[in-house]
Amino acid sequence: MPGFELSLGFTLLYLSLVVLIPLSAVFMKSFTLTFDNFVETVSAPRVLASFRLSFGAAFAAAAVNAVFGLLVAWVLVRYRFPGRKLVDALVDLPFALPTAVAGIALTSLYAANGWIGSVLEPLGVKVAFTPLGVLVALVFIGLPFVVRTVQPVLEDLEPELEDAAATLGATRLQTFTRVIFPAVLPALITGFALAFARALGEYGSVIFIAGNMPMVSEITPLLIITKLEQYDYAGATAIAVVMLVASFALLLSINWLQWRSRRHSAIR
Amino acid sequence: MRTRRSGEGGNRAWGQCLSVKNILIAVALTLAATTADAQVNLLNVSYDPTRELYQDFNAAFAKHWQAKTGEKITVRQSHGGSGKQGRSVIDGLQADVVTLALAYDIDEIAERARLLPADWQKRLPHNSSPYTSTIVFLVRKGNPKGIKDWDDLAKPGVAVITPNPKTSGGARWNYLAAWGYAERKKLVPQDFVKALYKNVPVLDSGARGALTTFAERGMGDVFISWENEAFLAVNELGKNKFEIVVPSVSILAEPPVALVDKVVDKKGTRKVAEAYLQYWYTAEAQEIAAKHYYRPIDAEIVAKHVSRFPKISLFTLGQVAGDWQKAQKVHFADGGIFDQIYARK
Repeated sequence: MPGFELSLGFTLLYLSLVVLIPLSAVFMKSFTLTFDNFVETVSAPRVLASFRLSFGAAFAAAAVNAVFGLLVAWVLVRYRFPGRKLVDALVDLPFALPTAVAGIALTSLYAANGWIGSVLEPLGVKVAFTPLGVLVALVFIGLPFVVRTVQPVLEDLEPELEDAAATLGATRLQTFTRVIFPAVLPALITGFALAFARALGEYGSVIFIAGNMPMVSEITPLLIITKLEQYDYAGATAIAVVMLVASFALLLSINWLQWRSRRHSAIR
Repeated sequence: MRTRRSGEGGNRAWGQCLSVKNILIAVALTLAATTADAQVNLLNVSYDPTRELYQDFNAAFAKHWQAKTGEKITVRQSHGGSGKQGRSVIDGLQADVVTLALAYDIDEIAERARLLPADWQKRLPHNSSPYTSTIVFLVRKGNPKGIKDWDDLAKPGVAVITPNPKTSGGARWNYLAAWGYAERKKLVPQDFVKALYKNVPVLDSGARGALTTFAERGMGDVFISWENEAFLAVNELGKNKFEIVVPSVSILAEPPVALVDKVVDKKGTRKVAEAYLQYWYTAEAQEIAAKHYYRPIDAEIVAKHVSRFPKISLFTLGQVAGDWQKAQKVHFADGGIFDQIYARK
């Protein structure tokens, strides 16, 4: 292909400047620790608890968004109703809103004296200042990623396919599981991965709603900030490195899953 | 600068009449204009709640300096969490002076970036702290839980709002004040702070966030606060909603100021920066501190505002923890006493 070398050169240069060099700086900084120190830092009980919360909540939030984001995308693509354009635009709001604003808004809704919180509190459900609050914030910021990746695929999916499935005797459920779902699955996985990655690094909105109690509702990015606040640059980057490596491995395996499902559906 | 930018912005009319030569002339003229004005710029890197205080102080100093030397001076301010501000200076923010919440953050600048000598705190009177404050309680109107002193904060059933001392400079004063109280009452300080922090339902990362949690979200019965912030909260958020409770003893909080030697020598601003800090020790400036609810160090000015600053028995950081380096190591560092409160058994 003509232009391959030039465009690849640009790609590599660009990726290096924007992604690789800053990331390698993180790694370099963490190398100022000895290996033992590194292990000690990242395996402290508080750090482990924060990993559990951050990865767990990000994963759960991405899963929730995968289900409901698909539904939202489906409704937006398949149905015509007044105000559809408005709803469509609403989906992007979590992208545009400064995350701190989102955090403050969610906290004031879900706090014991807020609109939603005052309803849930008597039922014994506490959202603000608990790990559940973290999940709520992450669901909020992750929604557009799923909707926007699934939407174009659904738009390309012709209604005739469903008609054909129906004439061949498929039930509605079979049409969904055998025809529609395999077609959107690769896009859905991408959306899931994006939402997951975004949720993992999220700081601004979570910090307001989490309550930040050590061992309970402290997310990993907050621990990194805490370390920095103590001028412990090496310790902060050590935690960051673990997060980076873990999320890279996760994203890589998600990509692999997606590649497999795409090939799978192509064969069909 | 401005002309050049609009040229780049793609505005056709501008683009046509602006040759490189014109731009150069414009830049030269701007430069000439600034030197003729002898405009001196200082950058004061400070912490969060001092925004209004330094606005007033800077205006007063600019007036004072112009009257004295004829030089015009602009002081730019930068505000943020004390630790974050300290890190910015270490990372190269060109601060002529730093005015932070605790000496520890300036110690770190001295130690890590060597921008000022290690004994900086001895260079100005009163530990380089021209204004002080203390830690008091903010409670809801009518004080429904009857909170009077520190021991009420450690009682079961009382919810206390205070930020995380590991991320907030102000919260370290809160913690050490509680510690000092326990020492004075011959309690076991470890157990006392543990009982107190067991009553903390939310650990915000900064003081302003914690105040929001207390005032707007309705969390907690008592908010541990800098005295000046407590006054501001009552004034701004409503006298009918909150009231201030002054405990029997508290800590003398000394937010220090310091000259950043390496920066002022490079910028040639040493003289004016020194005068800027010295100005704090005048009666005029002490009045400004009092106006913003910081306790002046000038006894005469304090006497004038005695209704504003109730008498309270104060102990110093030195009496509680020695110095910040020690306090940090014993209490707030990883695995320190504060961490042990939350360690799982």
